[in-house]
Amino acid sequence: MVRAVRSLFPQWSVPAFFAMALSFVPGAAWAADPAPTPTPQVHKIADMFQPLSKPAELILEPSHLVLLISLAIFLVVVGVLVYVLFKFRPHGPADLLVEPPQIYGSYNIEMAWTVIPCLIVFVLILVTTRSIVEIQDAKIEEDALTIRLVGHQWWWEIHYPELGIVTANEIHVPVSERNGKRRQTHIILESADVIHSFWVPQLAGKTDLVPNRVNHTWIEPFKTGIFLGNCAEYCGTQHANMLLRVIVQEPEDFEKWVANQKQPPAEPRAELAVQGRKDFYALACINCHMVNGTMAEGVFGPDLTKFAVRQTLGAGVAPNTPEHLRKWLHDPDHYKEGSYMPDMKLSPAQLDSLVAYLETLK
Amino acid sequence: MAQEIAIDANYRMPEPVRVGEETGSSTAWIQNLIFTVDHKKLGLMYIGAALLFFAIAGVLAALMRIQLAFPDNRFLSPDVFNESFTMHGTTMVFLVGMPLAFGFANYLVPLMIGARDMAFPRLNAFGFWVFFFSGLFLYFSYFGAPGLYAAGSAPDVGWFAYSPLTMKAFSRGHSTDYWTLSLMLGGIASIATAVNILVTIVCMRCPGMTLGRMPIFVWCMLVLAFLVILAVPCLSACQIMITLDRYIGAKFFDTQAGGDAVLWQHFFWIFGHPEVYILVMPAFAITSEIIPVFSRKPIFGYPMMVAAVVAIAFLSLGVWAHHMFCVGMISLANAFFVTSTLLIAIPTGLKIFNWLATLYGGKLRYELPLVFCLGFLFQFLVSGLTGVMLAVAPFDWQLSDSYFVVAHFHYVLIGGLLFTIFGGIYYWFPKAFGKMPDHKLGMWHFWLFAIGFNLTFMPQHFLGFLGMPRRIYTYQSDRGWDELNLISTIGVLFQAVGILFFAYNLLYSWFRGRKAGDDPWDAWTLEWATTSPPADYNFSKTPVVKSRRPLWDAKHPDDPDWAHE
Repeated sequence: MVRAVRSLFPQWSVPAFFAMALSFVPGAAWAADPAPTPTPQVHKIADMFQPLSKPAELILEPSHLVLLISLAIFLVVVGVLVYVLFKFRPHGPADLLVEPPQIYGSYNIEMAWTVIPCLIVFVLILVTTRSIVEIQDAKIEEDALTIRLVGHQWWWEIHYPELGIVTANEIHVPVSERNGKRRQTHIILESADVIHSFWVPQLAGKTDLVPNRVNHTWIEPFKTGIFLGNCAEYCGTQHANMLLRVIVQEPEDFEKWVANQKQPPAEPRAELAVQGRKDFYALACINCHMVNGTMAEGVFGPDLTKFAVRQTLGAGVAPNTPEHLRKWLHDPDHYKEGSYMPDMKLSPAQLDSLVAYLETLK
Repeated sequence: MAQEIAIDANYRMPEPVRVGEETGSSTAWIQNLIFTVDHKKLGLMYIGAALLFFAIAGVLAALMRIQLAFPDNRFLSPDVFNESFTMHGTTMVFLVGMPLAFGFANYLVPLMIGARDMAFPRLNAFGFWVFFFSGLFLYFSYFGAPGLYAAGSAPDVGWFAYSPLTMKAFSRGHSTDYWTLSLMLGGIASIATAVNILVTIVCMRCPGMTLGRMPIFVWCMLVLAFLVILAVPCLSACQIMITLDRYIGAKFFDTQAGGDAVLWQHFFWIFGHPEVYILVMPAFAITSEIIPVFSRKPIFGYPMMVAAVVAIAFLSLGVWAHHMFCVGMISLANAFFVTSTLLIAIPTGLKIFNWLATLYGGKLRYELPLVFCLGFLFQFLVSGLTGVMLAVAPFDWQLSDSYFVVAHFHYVLIGGLLFTIFGGIYYWFPKAFGKMPDHKLGMWHFWLFAIGFNLTFMPQHFLGFLGMPRRIYTYQSDRGWDELNLISTIGVLFQAVGILFFAYNLLYSWFRGRKAGDDPWDAWTLEWATTSPPADYNFSKTPVVKSRRPLWDAKHPDDPDWAHE
């Protein structure tokens, strides 16, 4: 009930209210505007009309054109319809005794409303074709960052082939334009099982991840922040919770992340974490999960080498905090019913130790 | 020992009793339904069965909307949700949309062309029963394996069942087999009925009923029959291939053995896109009958209206891959399908303009059939324009498989098709049952349903803009989708109450409605020349027509139509 009432008000109403309140305080606006904040901005509302990257921005032009044309046609036709319905409404019962003049058609009028749509359609075809070629056949730069994205039921495997990094569910890329240099990101799309689809509306339109095929797309984000996307092709039970985030960083932050990812995780020191690693090896975890530099070499599930650096669990289903992690290990179905992460019937002691160990993987 | 047989001199052979008409048989009416080959009864049975399946699939839709009303809702489990949208889509397309078209065609085509029945009455009955059992078979899947809480083995692969989800590795058990076998059966039924409609229209028109004088309704049904015969065999072939893949390792679509997932999409949509026009054809047909009668003018530009329907059908055979702009086709292929898809906008636009021109200068009678057709005009316009947006491939890369698409095709199929179906039912109800539908109840039905429909589906366009993909059973609350989803679900309530008014209206009018007479709307096509309801033989004397509006000629001998055509 509380949720129902709360959801009657838009998400932005509270911040908007406070922003309005703040704007009345002289100097507050200045005070609230210090240099870059340490936590990156999360672009939660994935509005395709507010693109912050290249192909999504290129899509805007034909989109706006067709929206405008549609709006014009809509207004004209609805206008005529309303006029007709009003003008030719019945004027009393006597009016219905006489039939109106019988009009069978008009060659000229019909030609007019065939030819004009033909011209509109012709323009749309040309604009669309140009836009398809511009986006789909865009040149991939030599120095582009290459990412190989592999879809799984229901998570994303992410490779940086040139950098030797493997991670999952969160793509880190550098912002495209800095210091007069431009850096494109080239994404190679593959699937390990069924069809999935890559879609981060503010960065790029969809491209499917099809088993036995290699697809491509590219992005050139011009703003830092965290961008949210979903798998956009129905792929089975947990299609809804196959979430993807793209973390666009300043080039130097990205390099820091890369350097960290290349290092194997530090040896666990705390007693509980050491016990956790033992449990991790002894239980079936290592059959599916990889932790670089250890005996965990499974490839069926997400790579956990730098697990603690990631922001979310279970492909975006929950934030990556010790509390959620513990609950996730205890009962994965609570978050993601039907996922292939099994409920291992862990004892509370095992849960504590495993959480302690996994938190050291950074 | 031979026994002597006495022959009673008074014995007389009993009169032959027709099945279903035995005196004192309490099951006579059931026998009557089962053994009938009368096109009118079969037509009504088609419509009745379709409305039954419509109610079931509507309940599934309502359950899904309840689940999506709030973020992180736990009303339905993911599997139940996935089964629900699969069954909802499959039912609405194959067990509601197509049977409604066949029902109207069955009932009306022979009456409109002055024939006494369809060309192959028994094939007709065969088609109906195979369709009906294919539907029962599909729903039997709910009673399969683990139990009744909708957790049986109902199909959960989506109504277009993209491979390799349908392969054994990802779809264990028999849920997919229920889906393939049911559609195979349904395909047989559809093809049988389409052949029947085609032959009836070509061979059984009454004297004077040239192709150029057929009502546009009949033209649309002719085109529909052609499309079914061209498209549905592709679907049947697809189902056979899946079955071979699943059971004898044929590997057409099995990607784990080197099969091709995109091949399935091509095969399916070669059927699937003409199918969309099969579904919407009754809307064109019914509107083109109702608008002239209730604006008291002939249809504006008959030849162009017919040409537009034929052009749409022809073009619809070459646009299938616009469902696949995201699968990674080369840019040339994308551009080709953009072109063919946008071309459809031209004849479709022409139809809307010609309907408007028919209304223009008329004397509008705001009776129920016209009111529903006006709702159709508005909503079909919206769906046509969103269709143009989806045809622009780069825009489609954003919109495809989002809630925008869900909104788009519901505007086509509910806002477009279903509104005209309601209009058509109200229009021909007096013919079929001899009673007038109640105007006031019908207006309640219209306004509740129109408001509910737009409330449900208009916000879904914006959900698509905000990045909400279709077919997700839940979503997190921080994505800006909460309010729009809640509004969408509230709309369902209005729609449901509207439907209740519709059902009540049918029953009320059937029992209490005022007598209709042969021609209550003062209409012009042949079905209004006979009694309401028509006799088994339709016409006691085969009619002879001289123009497109035979009853206009009869009512206005001073100014007959044939002088102007």
